[in-house]
Parts: sequence; structure tokens; C-alpha cells
Amino acid sequence: MMANPADSTLSGSLADATEMALTEASIRLPPDVLAVLTRAAAAERDEIARSELATILENIALAEERQVPICQDTGVPVVYITLPPDIPLTPELFDGVREGVRRATAAVPLRPNVVDPITRRNTGDNTGVGMPAVHVTPGERLAVTVLPKGAGSENASRIGMLLPSQAGDIPKFVAETMLIAGGRPCPPVILGVGIGGTFDAVAALAKEALLLPVDTMDDYEQAICDAVNALGIGPMGLGGDTTALAVKVKRADCHTASLPVAVNVQCWACRRATVEVRR
Amino acid sequence: MIDLTTPLGDEVLDLRAGDRVTLTGTIYTARDEAHMRMMEEGIPFDPEGAVVYHCGPVVQEGRLVVAGPTTSARMNALTGFLIDAGVSAIIGKGGMGREVVEDLRGRAVYLAFTGGCAALAAARMTLRGVYFEDLGMAEAVWIIEADHLPLTVGIDAHGGDIFSAVHEKAKTQFHQRFNIHQDNVP
Repeated sequence: MMANPADSTLSGSLADATEMALTEASIRLPPDVLAVLTRAAAAERDEIARSELATILENIALAEERQVPICQDTGVPVVYITLPPDIPLTPELFDGVREGVRRATAAVPLRPNVVDPITRRNTGDNTGVGMPAVHVTPGERLAVTVLPKGAGSENASRIGMLLPSQAGDIPKFVAETMLIAGGRPCPPVILGVGIGGTFDAVAALAKEALLLPVDTMDDYEQAICDAVNALGIGPMGLGGDTTALAVKVKRADCHTASLPVAVNVQCWACRRATVEVRR
Repeated sequence: MIDLTTPLGDEVLDLRAGDRVTLTGTIYTARDEAHMRMMEEGIPFDPEGAVVYHCGPVVQEGRLVVAGPTTSARMNALTGFLIDAGVSAIIGKGGMGREVVEDLRGRAVYLAFTGGCAALAAARMTLRGVYFEDLGMAEAVWIIEADHLPLTVGIDAHGGDIFSAVHEKAKTQFHQRFNIHQDNVP
């Protein structure tokens, strides 16, 4: 976690922190993501897949060297704020985040991706109605975590309201998501899986799962990851051993009559960064 | 590795799915909106032997910052007119539908560029101009000079399609694994 320079107002500090986090996330991949990519490149046996993974690693190095975004789809800003007990949840906090998004869009620069859903008119600065998506949770420190989310992978995401008797079908549902997606979400992917909760909460869990470190998996996550990799979709859908770099699961309890499952597909560029807000 | 230079000619007909190539010369970006505009108003560049790149770059002060490929499948239903007009290659990611495989037959190829590799792409590209700038940064048709862009032939001019071959194998794997036995409850 980085710390940002002090600003006179809390809103201004949040803007600074948001801009800093978006800049960092867009240009540099987190160490855990880089580690699993490097590991996959070393283990891959397919010739085309090996060259795709080598190109990805070269691209990551070039983005850092040139201080430019890793991918031109710099995503839509998904923002998580942890709020300590002494700070009230006010509209100014949201204003600060919006301002940080605007600044990062102009400065990095980020591609303006936010549009009206029907007219498709672009707002020009990556903010809009309900954008950035901001999620607030209680925490010890005031910190901003960003997860810029590209559309290629987001579009391949799925939600299913399974039956309570279908808990054993969850790995199948996840693998099926990638079977349908093929090369479109830019594999090798990281799959955030939400299990339980409600229709809305399970999608949020799936996205939050993408914030977890990807360089470790429990046995359940590993088994799903192995099932996905057995499909042989490979990097960019061109075939190979490496379809998923990791599967991460977050759970919540749910109604006795339902089993919500959500898969949030994330391309290999699992961009995230956290900046603590100075105050 | 086969080196291709624009405008392309019959050499693309010799390519086979899975071949690694590099591409040097002029390419034109186009996404959903640009395809729809070109269908209405005509193609603003000479399409004969041209290369269309499914890409919405980040451009700042007349300079390409990053320019990786976008998901080609969105343009499945919007591609036939380009091939009819003489376009010889499409660059994108993720592959295209069966109708495009047929459109390409005997005429053109689909070249896969590694998704997300936008910094690497920009390092091998120079911005030359733009059409339809009113469509916005992501959707405009940008004229780009490419220098040895590394690509894989995804769909050749003979119906060869890596993506569908990989998909068929994945489907078989999926059915074998999940329809025969159920995984244990966590």
C-alpha cells in the first residue's frame, strides 16, 4: 500500500489517492499477478501459447518502461473504500473519488469508456450516472482500492441461480462459463467466483474475489482451476495449457431454497492498486 | 516467421491457421461504430489489399499511447462488406464467427494479436491520421503505420480456424469431465 501526499480537505485527499491508485493499477500489475503469469509461461507446453505468454510478459515490461497503460481498455473504474469509524459517509467522499477518476483519465491518460447505456453518448471523463462504481466497507484505515475493469472479460461474466441440490455443479458452471467465452475475455483469465448470498450480492462477491491474492488457491479453487485448464482454450483462445491463472472464491450464506453462483471473468491484466488516504 | 507488407496481395492465400507472421505497413482501426458508419457512408480508405484492425486506441496529442486489439466477435455481422470491397486481412482478438470464416474463404485472413498487449502494439506503431473523429477516441478510424507487428494466423483463407478447432476440443473435454461424473460438494 502506498501513501499519498496530504491534501487540505478529505475530498481532495480522496481525489489524490484515487488518481494515484488508478495510475498505478493501469501501468503496473500487482506482484501476485505477475508471479502467476511468469509461472504459467515457464510451464506452458504449447508452442503458440508459449509465444502468446512471452508477448504478454514483454508487453508488461514495455508498459512499465514507457509508463503507459498495460492495455488500451483501461476499463471502467471500480472503487472500494474502507472507512474508519471516525469518518462519516458523506457525498463529499464520492465527489473526491469522481474527481480522482477525472484527473487520472486526463493525466495517465485513460481511455474514456463510460457511455449512456442506450444513446451510447460518451461522458468523456470516465464518470457518469453510477460511475465510478464505489463500494464502501468499514475498516481501520481510510484507503482506496481500484480495480479498473475491462469489457472483454466483464462481458463474459455469468450469474446462475442454481438449485440447492446442485452444489456439486458449481465447478461445471464455472468451466461452462469459459467454454462459452473461449478466447474473447483475453485468457489466461482469473476467475472470481461468488457462491451464496442473494442475486445481487453474489455478483459483488465474485468481483470482490478478484481482489484476493491469486498466487495461492485452496483445494476447492485449485480443483475448479484444473477443470477450466483441462478445456485447453489457452492464451487468447489459440489453445494451450494456460486458460485460467487462478480461481478465487468468496462465499456468503444464502436462502435454504437457493444457490446463487456468479463468475466474474477477469483477463490476465488483473489490475488493482490500494492507496491509503492521508488525513 | 513470415513477413507481410501492405497492401497485401495473393500471398495471404498461402497462409495457414497457426502460422506466425509479422505485418508492416498501413492499417486502419475500426470497431462497432466505425463499421456501421462505413456501411452507411462508404469506406474512407482504399480497401484493396487493406488491413483492418479491431482496436480502440488511447490517443493523446496526436500520438498513440496504447493500441491493443478489441474483441473481434462483436463485428461478426458487420464484416462481409469489407471483404467484398477487397480488404485482405483483419487483425483482432478472440476469433470470429462461422459467417466470417466463409467470408474470408479464398479472399482474406484473420490475424490474431495478443489481447491486452497495447503497450507493445504502440511501440511498433505510428499514428498517421484519422477518419470519423466525431465517433470518439475508441470508435474513430485511425490510420496507423505498423512496424513488424507480431501476429498469429487465426483463420486462413481455406476455412482453417484455430479458434473453432480449440473450441471443439474444449467442448469434448467439458462433456467428458462433467457429464460422466459429478464433482464433490466443497
